Amino acid sequence: MPRRTYVAAIQEALTEEMRRDSRVFLIGEDVRIGVFPSTRGLHAEFGDKRVIDTPISELAVAGAGIGAAVTGLRPIVDLMFGTFLYLAFDQIANQAGAMRFMYGGQTQAPLVFMVQNGAGSSAGHHHSQAVHQFFMNMPQIKVILPSSPYDGKGLLKSAIRDDNPVLFLHSLSLGGKRGDVPPDEYLIPIGVADVKRAGSDVTICAAGPTVYTALDAAATLAAEGVDAEVIDLRSLSPWDKGTVLDSVARTGRFVAVDESFPTCSAASEWAATVAQEAFYQLKAPVQRVTNKDVPMPFSPVLEKAVLPSATDVIKAVRLTLA
Amino acid sequence: MRHQDIPLDTVLDIYTRVLRIRRFEEEVGRLFRQGQLPGFVHLYIGEEAVAAGVCAALTVDDTIISTHRGHGHVIAKGGDIKRMMAELFGKATGYCKGKGGSMHIADFDIGMLGAIGIVGGGLPIAVGAGLSAWYTGSDRVSVCFFGDGAANEGSFHESLNLASTLTLPVVFVCENNQYGEFTPAANAMNITDIADRAAGYGIPGVVADGADAFEMYRVATAAVERARGGDGPTLIEAKTHRRGSHAEGEEAFLGGQTYRDEAETAAAQAKDPLRLLHTYVSENNLLPADLLETLDFETTQLVAEAVEAARNSPDPEIESLYEDLWV
Repeated sequence: MPRRTYVAAIQEALTEEMRRDSRVFLIGEDVRIGVFPSTRGLHAEFGDKRVIDTPISELAVAGAGIGAAVTGLRPIVDLMFGTFLYLAFDQIANQAGAMRFMYGGQTQAPLVFMVQNGAGSSAGHHHSQAVHQFFMNMPQIKVILPSSPYDGKGLLKSAIRDDNPVLFLHSLSLGGKRGDVPPDEYLIPIGVADVKRAGSDVTICAAGPTVYTALDAAATLAAEGVDAEVIDLRSLSPWDKGTVLDSVARTGRFVAVDESFPTCSAASEWAATVAQEAFYQLKAPVQRVTNKDVPMPFSPVLEKAVLPSATDVIKAVRLTLA
Repeated sequence: MRHQDIPLDTVLDIYTRVLRIRRFEEEVGRLFRQGQLPGFVHLYIGEEAVAAGVCAALTVDDTIISTHRGHGHVIAKGGDIKRMMAELFGKATGYCKGKGGSMHIADFDIGMLGAIGIVGGGLPIAVGAGLSAWYTGSDRVSVCFFGDGAANEGSFHESLNLASTLTLPVVFVCENNQYGEFTPAANAMNITDIADRAAGYGIPGVVADGADAFEMYRVATAAVERARGGDGPTLIEAKTHRRGSHAEGEEAFLGGQTYRDEAETAAAQAKDPLRLLHTYVSENNLLPADLLETLDFETTQLVAEAVEAARNSPDPEIESLYEDLWV
């Protein structure tokens, strides 16, 4: 099976979908050149009209995507970094997600917002935050955070075909990660988790880069005789409660690993759901492993210390076993 | 005012739109004061000539985006008064099934892509509607109504610049009604004409008398032709006047304070677009008096019927909360 990097898999998804459907186009700053190589080469194949470079105007570009979507097109709006979504917040929070409901079902906004999410490249606070948790809080925006080339490609293709607004978050820190990507077309449904490692003692839930943190922790724990189940949620909104609750019903222990600041993190939502819906199956209090509660620092040493580590996960698992 | 370049059926059409907005808004004001409408309403009285003139220059395929003060735009684009009124009452038969309300009315079938409650929130979406026309090679034009307040939002700058750099068929119609809520526009910008800002984006900026429906039609027609011809966007600044409150019942937010002087209000009354239009068409014998009377009677009836229908319509079912979510 062909091996692809994470960014190459995303590029493949974009290429295939743009070939398949002439309504699909890419818009954003420097998408022709492709700051993240995920959009590189598309302009050569699809030209000016379908790979549209714009001024640095996140708010207007996000809104233009919405306007194009409600008038029949299927835009992919590339806003580069997750933190840049803050500049476009009105269009995403007030308009894109709400408009179908607000206008009584008269319209739909089939568009994808695509940004890089999270830290790991020592880029400092403005270019290193994970932002998925904000958008999980908004009604009617789907949020995807894939951890592998395979998932990245399959989920992005589903996102482009989805008739709702979808926020597709890819991780800069995973950009060079290689994995198997089948040559034949496939789709991965939004909202379905993937059990990366089956286990019976504790359920560890993660998404994006923290999947690997959780798997590292699980490997260490296995050597100690602790059998951890690792669930990659892949989609954060909607998220696969069923798979998580089924797992907790078997393990009785739950650790949420999430690259967000702690308060109202994605982990908060997962932990609250498990505590509420699986309380009587739990053998120990749920645990959350998140970023430390400080802004993202520049120094590689400090940045690493802020992010959830395998050591943090192991400590949390031990708390559930104590 | 002058009408000589405008066909007589268009004169009647424009007059009808202005009148319909006026009678609708007067009734909405009455209903609100009687406590019959939930939420807030922002009336378009005094500004009718802008929407009427601009929308008379559009085809049904052309799209518009509106604001929190949006009733006039919906009516001018050909919206159904009954469904509008039902929406203002929050009823299941309203345009948005009671989920949108006064500030969020849309009618996608007539190219009314929605009223947006956030000041400046509509400009980027209008750029997108223009982008869509450009992308598909359609000759559809996208019109964006917004106020003087929105002209101070970042979205104004980003949207005009983006539409200009991509040469999109968008007409930006700034309704300078002299007030952003309670703040005079003059206190919120150090220029006299918002249209001057067009120069910063390399597009034409036109000042028009927003009380003159014919002038609005004329400048809109030119801007629409330019957009349709592939020459890009235009910024039109309509000098208009908000006759009444920012929102009906605004006294509750003012705590006894005032923010307008009487002379200024009197000057606004003198430039009433409906009266100007009525006087003009009468004095120039364009439309006979009995036709105008009949029109007014029928419009008042239409509004009354809409109110009656809205009152008799059911509230939305609670279960409808879970409809119109995911596609």
